[in-house]
Amino acid sequence: MYRWLLCFRYLRTRYIALASIISVTLGVATLIVVNSVMAGFSAEMHERLHGLASDILIECHTSGGMPDPEGHIEEIMKVCGDEVVGSSASVHVPAMLGIEFNGQLITRHVNFVGLDPETYDNVSHFGRYLLHPENQSQVKFDLREDGFAPDRDQFPESGWNYRRARVAYERAFAVEQARIDSLRAPSGISTSDDMGPSIHIAPPSNIFKDTEGATASEFDPAVEQYPGVILGISTCSSRMRDEQNNVKDHYYCRPGDDIRMMFPNASDNPKVVNQKFTVVDMYESGMSEYDSTFAFCRLDQMQEFRGMIDPATQARSVTTIQLKLAEGADLNAVRDALRRRFPPNIYAYNIQTWRDMQGPLLAAVRLETTILNILLFLIIAVAGFGILATFFMIVVEKTRDIGTLKALGASGGGVMSIFLTYGLLLGFLGSGAGLVGGLLFVDHINEIATVIENITGQEVFDPTVYYFTEIPTIIHPFTLVWVMAGAVGIAVFSSVLPALRAARMHPVKALRFE
Amino acid sequence: MNSEIVLRAQNVYKSYHKDRIEVPVLRGVEFEVTAGLITALVGRSGSGKSTLMHLLATLDQPDRGEIHFRGERIDNATSARRDSYRNHDIGIIFQFYHLLPELSAVENVLAPTMIGRSAWNFFRHRKEARRRAEAMLDRVGLLHRASHKPSEMSGGEMQRAAIARALMTDPALLLADEPTGNLDTETGLDILKLLTEINQDDGLTILMITHDDSIAEAADRCHRMQDGQLRQGIPELLIA
Repeated sequence: MYRWLLCFRYLRTRYIALASIISVTLGVATLIVVNSVMAGFSAEMHERLHGLASDILIECHTSGGMPDPEGHIEEIMKVCGDEVVGSSASVHVPAMLGIEFNGQLITRHVNFVGLDPETYDNVSHFGRYLLHPENQSQVKFDLREDGFAPDRDQFPESGWNYRRARVAYERAFAVEQARIDSLRAPSGISTSDDMGPSIHIAPPSNIFKDTEGATASEFDPAVEQYPGVILGISTCSSRMRDEQNNVKDHYYCRPGDDIRMMFPNASDNPKVVNQKFTVVDMYESGMSEYDSTFAFCRLDQMQEFRGMIDPATQARSVTTIQLKLAEGADLNAVRDALRRRFPPNIYAYNIQTWRDMQGPLLAAVRLETTILNILLFLIIAVAGFGILATFFMIVVEKTRDIGTLKALGASGGGVMSIFLTYGLLLGFLGSGAGLVGGLLFVDHINEIATVIENITGQEVFDPTVYYFTEIPTIIHPFTLVWVMAGAVGIAVFSSVLPALRAARMHPVKALRFE
Repeated sequence: MNSEIVLRAQNVYKSYHKDRIEVPVLRGVEFEVTAGLITALVGRSGSGKSTLMHLLATLDQPDRGEIHFRGERIDNATSARRDSYRNHDIGIIFQFYHLLPELSAVENVLAPTMIGRSAWNFFRHRKEARRRAEAMLDRVGLLHRASHKPSEMSGGEMQRAAIARALMTDPALLLADEPTGNLDTETGLDILKLLTEINQDDGLTILMITHDDSIAEAADRCHRMQDGQLRQGIPELLIA
């Protein structure tokens, strides 16, 4: 009992111990905040990485792809049917995206995916990241009337409404241009000097000259569309700040515009397929790697364009089979089983889990989290040294009291436990205050970030870099437990040496201590 | 009169070492404390009387010889037994009081009980213990100072609180090391009177260590410590 009484009294009267408590508090609070933010980032990143990638990806490296995907899926189900809850076949091909913008051609290298709209959502969260709400529930490659990105103020008008207005403008522009040309031609006035250095704005047909001959010439863009394509939002836009430092997105094309895709066909002697598409939606996962490199069209159209249909049997080939596994399934075990079924010395297949594909990135985040935890625990360790120094001072200061306690019958262990209990109390108080402070910080992290931005004028999380509006945080109870236990453990461990010294003190020497 | 020997030192030797030089302090001390009496141990500074008291209180161990408490050899007992001996069997008061500064007077008096019992046991009997502590404070005339910290008390009051603390566990023997040594004459006499009253009223055996011959006059028996050895006799003769 006297241990607790003395500990509480020491706590109330030894203000130097507060310094130790504050160090522990800051360390614990920082650890909780950093771990919560890192967990939030990590979960967000996992979700976005996993959003497009299925659990298992079987890619065929040959240009013609793998024939008979249904047969492959049957074989896969024989190997690991219990674990598979969804499958989808698709064609992945490198492509060149061409966007006409203000009379100029913008080109981007993209990973062009032909997907099956009926099954692709079974293996990924593809639909979730589309801008049109109706496409989110059921993806369609037909252009919708309007209603894209309803939660964005800046998103330009898109869809059929926009397409019709654009076509009408282009036609009026062409008529007017023809009238001006007819007026100028007889007088022989040259206008080249009057044009100036500004960009020549011309209708898109100037650059995308139709190559499909008579059929294309009959195409009416006001009522018809090309095959639909969904573009990763960063393939056709750029994000920057305006003069007022507000973040603005600039779109080179939007749903309703036509773009061109150039990609190799599936023959052994590949030739470039040059095909026009109509943008029907955009994909925004928040992962710049995906948003800036992916474009999607329908699988059957892709197979036709690339010549992946056997003329004799009408059998269609694919390049990729994606699998969704049951919750809790062992991804690596399924991958290894499939590798045994499709050995690489026979099949030119690359079988990977989504973690294998993002391995370096995930490993980097894990390493970063581990290093941050080590560094932050060092802060608490420094606080531990503070406790050690403080306790040694208190033991020296309390030498005569230690002698008195021993004269009254206190054992060495009893005296030792006073200081261990004192360390325990400091640890509990410090980490308890840190827990409360850390949780409050995490709870109000966005408001705090706003205050910091207002004070410093610098954005804490620049939206041109990070594609989220709020800082993601996740508090894992287990993290709280190990941070608290670690902090209390360090506090108690730091008090062991002073406590041992107190316990071993000779009572007579202690009583005579000046 | 009860002539039971409460405490006995047999042929006790104790030396200290300083810079590899052995300094003998006690040289074959033979000493007894009889139950119910006030025994004084007088001697000049450095004569070894405090060292002998520390050995008798098991705060230190003799190089040779034995200490017996009621027939039980106590100097080489286990650490737990020696702790229990100091906690239950004897009470100690010091020249410099040695009250714990963080605790109030009543908490200081309760300290031996808190030390001697487990937290749960103390918690269960806390009211009874507190009543006894207040009774002890009342016995030494300090109840009105029960909630005061040592820093708020005079030297005489602190020594009274120390006496109350020493009496808390109802010990068989009170060891008083220069109980008046840090007090003015008048306050010292008050403390001496209090100890005498306790001896007479409660029959508590007291061993008083002092350098002051006038204090030793109040004792029933007196031992003079000289060069690490004892001379025994009645106080008047020894003091004369």
